Amino acid sequence: MKKDDIFLPKILTFLCNWCSYAGADLAGTSRLQYPASILPVRVMCSSRVDPLLILRAFLNGFDGVLVTGCHLGDCHYQEGNYYTRRRFVMLKKVFDSLGLESDRLRLSWVSAAEGQKYAKVATEFTQKIRELGENSSKNKIFL
Amino acid sequence: MANALKITKNTEESVREFLKILLEKRKVKGVFTLKKIGKNGAVTYSLITKSDELNDAVPFYPLMPTNAGKLLSRITRNGSTTEPVAVIVKPCELRAFIELVKREQGHFENLYIISSTCGGVYPLKTATDGTIEKNLSDYWDAVKKGEINQDLRPACTACTEFTPYGADITVDLIGNTELEKKCFLLLNTKKGEELVQDMKGELVDRDFDKEKLKKFYAKREKAKNQFFNENTKINGLDDLIKIFGRCIGCHGCSKVCPICYCTLCMFDSSNLEYKPSKYESEVRQRGGLKIPPGTIYYHLGRLTHVGISCVGCGSCEDVCPVNIPLTLIFKKVGESMQQIFEYIPGKNITEKIPLVTYNEEEYTEIEG
Ligand code: SF4
Ligand code: SF4
Ligand code: FES
Repeated sequence: MKKDDIFLPKILTFLCNWCSYAGADLAGTSRLQYPASILPVRVMCSSRVDPLLILRAFLNGFDGVLVTGCHLGDCHYQEGNYYTRRRFVMLKKVFDSLGLESDRLRLSWVSAAEGQKYAKVATEFTQKIRELGENSSKNKIFL
Repeated sequence: MANALKITKNTEESVREFLKILLEKRKVKGVFTLKKIGKNGAVTYSLITKSDELNDAVPFYPLMPTNAGKLLSRITRNGSTTEPVAVIVKPCELRAFIELVKREQGHFENLYIISSTCGGVYPLKTATDGTIEKNLSDYWDAVKKGEINQDLRPACTACTEFTPYGADITVDLIGNTELEKKCFLLLNTKKGEELVQDMKGELVDRDFDKEKLKKFYAKREKAKNQFFNENTKINGLDDLIKIFGRCIGCHGCSKVCPICYCTLCMFDSSNLEYKPSKYESEVRQRGGLKIPPGTIYYHLGRLTHVGISCVGCGSCEDVCPVNIPLTLIFKKVGESMQQIFEYIPGKNITEKIPLVTYNEEEYTEIEG
């Protein structure tokens, strides 16, 4: 297979301003390699990520949605990411109950010092999405 | 110790009279109950202060013109009522109201809440041609025997939460074989006891027929499992498109949803308006677009908004002009969401809505 034939997924990634964005930045300045599949969106806190945003990205054809935030206990707003986690659990349940591919959604805690972890998560998630293939919502005209 | 008021008369009549006396004795200043409109079986909720107006009150009529939880929220949104009001509502209406109170959309301090074990309601359309009136004697027969009625709202056939939580007074309906002759008001709280003081009737010792309720529960549970499992499984986007394909986007389902309380629904706002240029770009991307777009987004989005608190009253499905099986989807998915947080909406006023609280150590497997 030619290199170009490999499916490069589109992954919408929410990065919280205080930890994960800095973590992603560190991955960059450390020249760590990770796939170009990530489309980053900076938010002030992972808890800013309304489940509707994830849903919308999914229906608009993103192959995966990654939500990242500070480690538990480290949220800049003290408890934001605990709420993020509950909402994420809830949204996954909605997906699972309706047979939608909840594996296309991922939640990850990445600190400002974890450039390595960020690169790893991005790589692994991209790999996972490759296995799942394209999100079929991309080509649906009724959504 | 006496824990019930017994009135030796037909149950609905007894309660009607009880409500009238409450007004006459000024124990309450208002009564919120179902009232008959015309002969075909149409009823409406009303807030009544004149006891004469209660002559055609039908507190246990098997119809739900609107989920009363939503209406009580309208009355009490800005604070508890200035005067005491007795309200007669069905268990799922009470649960919906409690969910709204949790969202600061209502207050129940000055309300005396009267509910009952509930035999369910018929679809609204049965009140347009008098069908419901013809069904009534069968309905009460089944309630007495503890059987599931035919042709109820699907949500009711599959409802296992037919005993109210947090009512001051519960009227014993299911399995009360002497419904026509004897009425029992079970007193659950201090407020309930206060209300029946010096009222007509006899204070007695009485509990539900627990055996009968248990059997009734089993029947409903079986019906629920059938309802959940025998309907076509929804498996992925294609199935959702099939189901919602005929949705006309009227948003009636959210208008009647007791949990949807927003004055301006996000899905009706300019936030979701498609500008002509947006149509163009979407069409370019997808090679076509259903117009108006956003149907699946609306329904899934609404699930994330209300699912956790869905009381399964079935109002949404009842008003849908194109018969989309909304109960199946919202009740089933809603309950699966509620189960992860071990939450029964409207059961306990002090219990927080799962999405506004957390434990530090939980769901650790979700992160990765
Ligand atoms: S009531 Fe029926 S047609 Fe109207 S928006 Fe809801 S599902 Fe669609
Ligand atoms: S669907 Fe959401 S935004 Fe619309 S009324 Fe219901 S809760 Fe509010
Ligand atoms: S600020 Fe990073 S998760 Fe809240």
